[in-house]
Amino acid sequence: MEFQIPDFAPAYPEIFLLCMAGAVLLLDLFLGKRFRNLAYGLSIASLLATIAMIIGSSQQATTFNGMFLRDLMGDILKIAVMLFTIMVFIYSRIYQQDRHIFKGEYFVLALTAVLGMMVMISAGNMLLLYLGLELLSLSLYSLIAMRRDSLHATEAAMKYFILGALASGILLYGMSMIYVTTGTLDLAQIHAAIRTGDSANLVLSLGLVFVVVAIGFKLGAVPFHMWVPDVYQGSPTSVTLFLGSAPKLAAFAMLMRLLVGGLENMSGQWQQMLIILALFSIGFGNIVAIAQTNMKRMLAYSAISHVGFFLLGVLSATPDGYAASMFYILVYGFMTLGSFGMILLLSNKDSESDMIANFKGMFSAHPLYALVMTLLMVSMAGIPPLIGFNAKLAVINALVESRLYWVAVVAVLFSVVGAFYYLRIVKFMYFDQPGEAIRLNGGMEMHTLLTINALALILGLPWIGWLIRICNSALAQLS
Amino acid sequence: MIFIAVAVAIGVGAFIAGWYLGQPSRPDADKNSPYECGFEAFEDARMKFDVRYYLVAILFILFDLEIAFLFPWGVVLEKIGRFGFLAMVVFLTILVVGFVYEWAKGALDWE
Amino acid sequence: MILLSDYLVLGAILFSISVVGIFLNRKNLVVLLMAIELMLLAVNINFVAASHFLNDISGQVFVFFILTVAAAESAIGLAILIVVFRNRKTINVEEIDSLKG
Repeated sequence: MEFQIPDFAPAYPEIFLLCMAGAVLLLDLFLGKRFRNLAYGLSIASLLATIAMIIGSSQQATTFNGMFLRDLMGDILKIAVMLFTIMVFIYSRIYQQDRHIFKGEYFVLALTAVLGMMVMISAGNMLLLYLGLELLSLSLYSLIAMRRDSLHATEAAMKYFILGALASGILLYGMSMIYVTTGTLDLAQIHAAIRTGDSANLVLSLGLVFVVVAIGFKLGAVPFHMWVPDVYQGSPTSVTLFLGSAPKLAAFAMLMRLLVGGLENMSGQWQQMLIILALFSIGFGNIVAIAQTNMKRMLAYSAISHVGFFLLGVLSATPDGYAASMFYILVYGFMTLGSFGMILLLSNKDSESDMIANFKGMFSAHPLYALVMTLLMVSMAGIPPLIGFNAKLAVINALVESRLYWVAVVAVLFSVVGAFYYLRIVKFMYFDQPGEAIRLNGGMEMHTLLTINALALILGLPWIGWLIRICNSALAQLS
Repeated sequence: MIFIAVAVAIGVGAFIAGWYLGQPSRPDADKNSPYECGFEAFEDARMKFDVRYYLVAILFILFDLEIAFLFPWGVVLEKIGRFGFLAMVVFLTILVVGFVYEWAKGALDWE
Repeated sequence: MILLSDYLVLGAILFSISVVGIFLNRKNLVVLLMAIELMLLAVNINFVAASHFLNDISGQVFVFFILTVAAAESAIGLAILIVVFRNRKTINVEEIDSLKG
């Protein structure tokens, strides 16, 4: 067999980011004490440079024997992942400094997590998908455990580690069954093998079940959600912010590559499983969130319900549905960043300020940030005229087009229930008296970005159609 | 099948033999003490290891496993040529970055 | 003659043992790490057996990567275990429950 040197060009952004992660690690190690903000600046700069490289070389390409794919969907998701990560860095700077975890390692681990997500997004082979997932997960476990002296953070890291490792094991087991029946690890070849072969094979179906269960674990869909509230609450808020936004995009890419790119001809089977996951998630997440007093925990249950909603688009099994899901997850990541950003804004050296009661009387103290929070919460609840509503609408539309009427009705009903707990926070801010004086934390750049983040949810409306069209064309390329 | 039968037979046989040969057991105070002669042990054998020991062990696992890639690489080195060689150089460079990090952090110093 | 299905059954048994180990174990976190390792090894048996019977080398390549990642995973798991132990002075699974609600 002749050995050919693969074309490296489509993977240059990833290679560059890897080099920069190594450079940040070494430079911070040797110069970090003299230049305290070195790692911070360098990380943001390298992410920006990587974004520029992706935009500059946007193309559709396959390299490394079909292992590595470049397409429009991947490019958009990668750019979004990096923008989200930059926002995470800016939001969490002061919080990290107050807690003495503003270290080079934080940035290196975040960069490797981003690298893992990029590999996942570009994977055309189950091996690469697994490696990207592990690079992401291992970085996240260590990020959570960075607050070594905190009881909660280490415990959250342990829980996340055990359940994450269990999920990886289940995913691998599913992959091994798919490999046994199709005889290949390449997703395109699996697709071809299933189309020509027998898709009702028992081992193959079992493999599919394991893969879906593992994705459910990673996304935190009911009944595999046990880790989500504990991990969201226990992690340092700066890490929760990261954990709740960017990895969801990578998980979407993984769903697309595995279920659509590889196992599309079994959509009848995975559709049934996803309906169960999605409806339980929406129902359970929204109802339990009402009872929460901790803001981070409430947002965790809200994340579960949003994951359910985003699965609805995928399970419609049409390109329109996938595009709606992609749009939904992009908007959701953006709103999550803002919401956790608000918690970071209220936190200070002595307190995490992550209780819902901390928001009481916000309006009389800081009317601007009360407005910011209102926009975020109303958008999360999916009330027009904010973008959150358009995202939910797109998903429901896709469901109706696939004639899954009853699913759509149940989803809308539970969303109405969900609106209650978001609006309760708005009520707290405007009509309740503050328990104690509210002090705002964070630097100038964070305040500006947070305000832009929230205002974009309403001012971005004219560009919605454009964004949805891009998502549509990205996913039309895929199938 | 034969292999399984033999394996089971050996396992069961060892059990029975051990039980049979172990019959004449007449415990007394001296026999139950850790040593029949000599001093008592000073501390529990299941002592807690130093945490630094765990650190070294963890680092060992990581750098030990690179061998798993070096072996197959060495076997087919002639076929993959210069490109394969350079690929391994890149891989080892990344490992060296990690090694420099742990060294400079003092993870290798016992004191 | 040993068939592919025999290996798959062996893999399934090992996988079940490890899953049961994870869910029933209420004593020790180290045992949890061992169960996770066993799970990955069960997967490896599946891959190697399939690779042999299908005459396709990529399954064995996958096994190499799983082994390496498993080592990295157990290293991080042990590291987290140590910080948990330092904070709580215990690695009993039942006592680690400060996050409930």
